[in-house]
Amino acid sequence: MSPAVHDVLIVGAGIVGAACAYQCAREGMRVAVLDKGMIGGGATAAGMGHIVVMDDSEPQFALTRYSRQLWQEMRPELPNDVEYEQCGTIWVAADEEEMMEVKRKESFYQKRGVATEVIDSSTLENYEPHLRKGLAGGLVVPEDDVLYAPCAAKFFLEQAKASGAQIDLGSAVLKLGNGHVTTASTEFSAAIVVNAAGTWAAELTPGLNIKKRKGHLLITDRYPGFIKHQLVELGYLKSAHSTTADSVAFNLQPRRTGQILIGSSRQYGAEHKEVDNEILASMLQRAQEYMPELSGLSTIRAWTGFRAATPDKLPLIGPWPEDERLFLATGHEGLGITTSLGTARLLVDQIVGRTSAIPVEPYLPARTFSEHAHA
Amino acid sequence: MHEEISVVVNHRSIMVPSGTTAAVAIAIAGQACRMSVTGEPRSPLCGMGICYECRAVINGKPHCKSCQTFCQAGMDILTQE
Amino acid sequence: MHKQFDVLIIGGGPAGMAAAAGAAECGVRVGLVDDNPRVGGQIWRSGGIDTSSPASEWASKLKSLRVEVIPETRVFHSPEPQKLFAEGPSEIYELLYKKLILATGARERFLCFPGWTIPNVMGAGGLQAMVKSGLPIAGERVVIAGTGPLLLAVAAYLRKHGALISLLCEQVSLGSMIGFACRLARQPKKLAQALSLRKDLAGIPLAFNSWVVEAHGEKTLEALTVSRDGQIQTIPCDYLACGFHLVPNVELAELLGCGINNSYVEVDNLQQTTVSNVFCAGEPTGVGGLDASLLEGKIAGYSAAGRIELAKPLLKQRDRQRQFALALDRTFSLRPELKELAKADTIVCRCEDVTYGRLKRANSWREAKLYTRCGMGPCQGRICGPATEFLFNWKSESTRPPISPVRFESFLAISENLAPELSEISGGNP
Repeated sequence: MSPAVHDVLIVGAGIVGAACAYQCAREGMRVAVLDKGMIGGGATAAGMGHIVVMDDSEPQFALTRYSRQLWQEMRPELPNDVEYEQCGTIWVAADEEEMMEVKRKESFYQKRGVATEVIDSSTLENYEPHLRKGLAGGLVVPEDDVLYAPCAAKFFLEQAKASGAQIDLGSAVLKLGNGHVTTASTEFSAAIVVNAAGTWAAELTPGLNIKKRKGHLLITDRYPGFIKHQLVELGYLKSAHSTTADSVAFNLQPRRTGQILIGSSRQYGAEHKEVDNEILASMLQRAQEYMPELSGLSTIRAWTGFRAATPDKLPLIGPWPEDERLFLATGHEGLGITTSLGTARLLVDQIVGRTSAIPVEPYLPARTFSEHAHA
Repeated sequence: MHEEISVVVNHRSIMVPSGTTAAVAIAIAGQACRMSVTGEPRSPLCGMGICYECRAVINGKPHCKSCQTFCQAGMDILTQE
Repeated sequence: MHKQFDVLIIGGGPAGMAAAAGAAECGVRVGLVDDNPRVGGQIWRSGGIDTSSPASEWASKLKSLRVEVIPETRVFHSPEPQKLFAEGPSEIYELLYKKLILATGARERFLCFPGWTIPNVMGAGGLQAMVKSGLPIAGERVVIAGTGPLLLAVAAYLRKHGALISLLCEQVSLGSMIGFACRLARQPKKLAQALSLRKDLAGIPLAFNSWVVEAHGEKTLEALTVSRDGQIQTIPCDYLACGFHLVPNVELAELLGCGINNSYVEVDNLQQTTVSNVFCAGEPTGVGGLDASLLEGKIAGYSAAGRIELAKPLLKQRDRQRQFALALDRTFSLRPELKELAKADTIVCRCEDVTYGRLKRANSWREAKLYTRCGMGPCQGRICGPATEFLFNWKSESTRPPISPVRFESFLAISENLAPELSEISGGNP
């Protein structure tokens, strides 16, 4: 790829970078995308591929809800290998205390127009017979979805390419800033550079406070119909909440193939990609508490991945105050796939200077800037 | 002369010599072991527990490698979707 | 279940059993893990209808030497040196060892051609294994194809059991076979085996420069289209026994970090790998067949037991066998025409039904896995890996646990203790 002037140069061909490229190309911008590896080879490849609305905070809700809607609108265009399924999520309540949380969530979502259904113990048993008996009930979010993210990222980039975008894979970016991006062999220039490099974003933009949060997953052989919804324990929120401790939570996802994806875990400070036996075992034990019949299932692969986590658990979408030609689209933690489409819209809105469908302030990189120490 | 034992393949009883594997019982019953993900019938390829094409539901348990399972009297074998 | 051994052997075929016997003769505590219900590996597959194999003799020998045999068990993880986790039918083993001998054998190489997924298209060793396990073959029309000496052994075996073998298609040229036969002449024992085989094969049409182009059939195999010296011919057929020589099973060696050279496990003169305390014997060091496996096993057994002087007299013979293994690989190398057989809709990854057409678009094994899920099924790439390596020159990636599918509960068994803080944070369930 010869050096050329682009309107937007995106570093990172994960789901977020790909979605941004797609949106930029749609709006007629001359786009280039660089990645040191394959399309969707980072967290996008490792993650669970869920599309969920979350109510951890208003901004998180706004972005996840907006994005989920965009996914649903995009659904008819998605190719088969993206395996988009509207399987819905059930937030599982183990006891009465958690049922109160269910009711609170229901009220929150109802006020904001998100369809949910509170179910009791016997309905839960009906919906998901392999869950252990004696759970209190749950909250069904029927419009949540799952998909296979690497193929979604590939689809976005193929679409972008069809609109003239240039994709350059296999070149690591050494430096970026001031409208320039440098790899080992070339220097590119663009009006705007977007850092969508996920867990590598902080290497490219010093001062970014992004930490890697390791997760583990295990996938089974095919057991069609074993579970029908994505299943998450309400304790998941406690796990995602903690910014310092290692934690596990019950989280299962049915794949269209009938395989069951088993998660989830979060660790800070773990740098190596090898499976951590203790964390994995702990995660599986948690899963088994909710679904004892998992024990005998045949499992095929275990792996890890790293999420890009910010201190306030919201992504960074917008201009980087220290560089007027640099935008960020990163720090999505476990919601990269969900919020990729919303992120792309918010990013492009800001590049062209129009008002977004949802307020952008909570995601602006500038919010962190006041705490950031100048280099 | 080997002792003959009775096993059930897809709800039908057949007699096989002892020392026969479940995969062979399925073949003798004229069935394929499983359907592939796009719906093709599949039967054992490697015969040694590596290809996983011989998977069947044996005594209620899915994904058993039938080529490495000797028939026992009364064994219930169902071919897999 | 915890078990501790001085010498632990993984794999109960000829190499493994020879290693176990060798080590046990030296008086050390020996264990042997095998994934089949009865020892013998592939060549001496036993416990089925065919009880004529040497396996039962060896099994008795191991018993008298007090080797602990752990059948129907597969190693899936090695979290730290000197420790392995293995899964049995209803328990998980934590196996501690001072010395480990890998005798994990080899599997057939499968190449893709239209119709290769039709039932009754099997490996050559695959069909033989099924017949040994009771498959009636008398009167059935069988074609044997592919490459390698295994085809001849299988032909002889099936013929003896009443199969009607209409053709044996060997992809190498007659010239290569003659060269190979001449090589055999240098090893009298092998020559004798070959001559006896020749007798067993009398009357079976042998075609060189020959391979299967397409398999046909609705529910099961009905006919084959074969290429014989450039001529295309269609023949009716009930079973196709088709394999392209052998691929060493090196997954456990890889997991343990052993040096691998050209697909084979690197070993020194005494069968020790590049990882201290880990030895390897038999096909994973070089596909040399039965005699090589027995010798290497014995050497590894003596070495692991610390009795090198017992191994020394066997080295020269072993070296000759090594040369034989190299010759086998050279003789039966795959011709390029075999790359042209797959069509766009020919399935390459059988676990996930990924076609050749889809795979052609990927640039690497890793890409193929990520976008098509080729190699992500339960066989973990053992069938499609060698095929894609031949078709596209892709090298598969490093091996990760579990190196064999295992029950969910087996992962729980491998943890030491659960950290107390984890159970507190993970939710309100008491």
